[in-house]
Amino acid sequence: MKRFLRYAGKRFLLLAFILIAVSVMVFLLARVAPSDPAASYIGPHARPEQVAEVRIKLGLDEPLYVQYAYYMRDLLHGDLGTSIRTHRPVTGDIIHFLPASLELMFTAIIIALIVGIPLGVLAAQKENTLIDHLGRLFAVSGVSLPAFWLGLLFQIFFFRWLGVLPLGGRIGTYISAVSPVQNITGFYLIDSLVTGNWLALESSIMHLILPSLTLAAYSTGLIMRMTRSTMLEVNREDYVVAARAVGLPERIITFKYTLRNALGPTVTAAGLAFAFMLTGTFFIEIIFYWPGLGTYTTMSILAVDHPVIMGVTLIVAIFYVLINLVVDLLQALIDPRIRL
Amino acid sequence: MRFLAEDRFKEQRRFLHFFLKNPLNVLGLVTVLGLIVVAFFAPQIAPYPEQGIGLSQVENRLLSPGLQHLLGTDDLGRDILSRIIFGAQVSLRAALIVISVVVAIGVPLGIIAGYFGGKVDEVIMRICDLFLAFPPLLLAIAIVAALGPSLINAMIALSVPWWPWYARITRGQAISLKERQFVEAARAVGVSDFRIVFRHILPNCITPVIVLATLDMGYIILSLASLGFLGLGTQPPTADWGVMVSNGRTFILDQWWFSTFPGIAILITVLGFNLVGDGVAETLNPKRRK
Repeated sequence: MKRFLRYAGKRFLLLAFILIAVSVMVFLLARVAPSDPAASYIGPHARPEQVAEVRIKLGLDEPLYVQYAYYMRDLLHGDLGTSIRTHRPVTGDIIHFLPASLELMFTAIIIALIVGIPLGVLAAQKENTLIDHLGRLFAVSGVSLPAFWLGLLFQIFFFRWLGVLPLGGRIGTYISAVSPVQNITGFYLIDSLVTGNWLALESSIMHLILPSLTLAAYSTGLIMRMTRSTMLEVNREDYVVAARAVGLPERIITFKYTLRNALGPTVTAAGLAFAFMLTGTFFIEIIFYWPGLGTYTTMSILAVDHPVIMGVTLIVAIFYVLINLVVDLLQALIDPRIRL
Repeated sequence: MRFLAEDRFKEQRRFLHFFLKNPLNVLGLVTVLGLIVVAFFAPQIAPYPEQGIGLSQVENRLLSPGLQHLLGTDDLGRDILSRIIFGAQVSLRAALIVISVVVAIGVPLGIIAGYFGGKVDEVIMRICDLFLAFPPLLLAIAIVAALGPSLINAMIALSVPWWPWYARITRGQAISLKERQFVEAARAVGVSDFRIVFRHILPNCITPVIVLATLDMGYIILSLASLGFLGLGTQPPTADWGVMVSNGRTFILDQWWFSTFPGIAILITVLGFNLVGDGVAETLNPKRRK
């Protein structure tokens, strides 16, 4: 435990360094942009002297390190600047759009775990049989599929041809008019559930199915592959061979011995997969008109809205770093064999 | 420690034997080789090469798949099959360039960090940590958004978050190699660091780098297509699979072929590279050889 704490301490020190470095990088990225922030702030029809005025107002005439100091000061106050497109504070916009994305990501990772782990176990048990090969093809397809394309296929199939699921959006327009979701957490499933709004709950679930399945494809493949290969590695360990030699039933060996020890790497894979979803969700949201962070960001990219792009990059990078940190610490805690 | 040519040859044959035993590995290999041929001979293979480059023929717009146009035509009347074939050329070339850049930056830095250690190592690794702190595609999106959308910028943007992986893997390799007897022996007889690195360390780092590069080809092609889909990569009229899927979105409910076929092209390509990379990694994994 002492070693773990020392490791955790080291990781937190590194975290502080990384967060500062990330902020410097995002700041520089916004400054190397060929477009003049002052000009884009004031709009296309401004006179040169007006642009100069805005430049002074935004502190853009100061040396770079002073600008960074301003940027950092605002950042510590939770201020990511103002969107050029919507003229609203970026921080507020991110807080507004984040729950929709998180709801999608959580649903997808749960699907990926429920599907990926059993399939991985099955593939490992049937190593080198047809089932294993098909499983591998399924898993590798999952990580090879362009998610934006899979989403389109789902739309053609389930909306156009079968007509059983909605094309996109987060909730039916009719439902949101007659029985709107009361905003408590921003998660429609939770909000409609706790307020007993069954109409909205049903509509939210129907709208969630296709986007979350699409988003889950990559993670399912990753988790399945990881489960399979660690199951196979553990399967050849001496204590498993011994248990089998003693005559323990295969079912007990799988669930009490191998799966339990194979779960460590699977948890890591799931954590990584969840972190990857932070960008994966961008593409899914565009396809399914999902009003989350991804749709917000891509619309801002098209409008060359630098404050939003940089704000989202910073926030998502912070999330990404934190998820990775949690995964590493969990891994170190679960598996004492990891050299700290 | 014996390092005879004969041993190496045996090792290679053993590897090939295990690799080719799995039908999916063979499938992946055939796909990748086929793709390279298609990309190389795109002007000869494509039924309408001038449309593959970008010539539009509006009177033929949005024709469904048929004998004249096997995979149909797009909104500018261009043959989708020809566009896909030319798109193969564009993405393979771009991905190869990105891989080369990434290897050219990452491998030397990794060797320097691993071989010399100490402060140099610390600095290089912390820089790697910084780049790895971003989700790769997000950093690429932010960079293209800053530099302006174009294929060249997309390639730069993908190289930036990608090289640290190569630095890391070569560093690990270099660290383990420099403790080995043949390197210590070379150092003991007074061979210069420069010569040791080029004669002993570098050649022995190649295998893991090649495995990683094969696996990454698929991801880089997929990422380039993703940037194209967002409008941040290849610009019209050059053919790009991601752009084609994106353009077809407007017509998705009735002209399904427009988006579907370029997407299948991406899938097959990435799948091919992933099967090969996955197979190589699995065959080389010593834990599984028991």
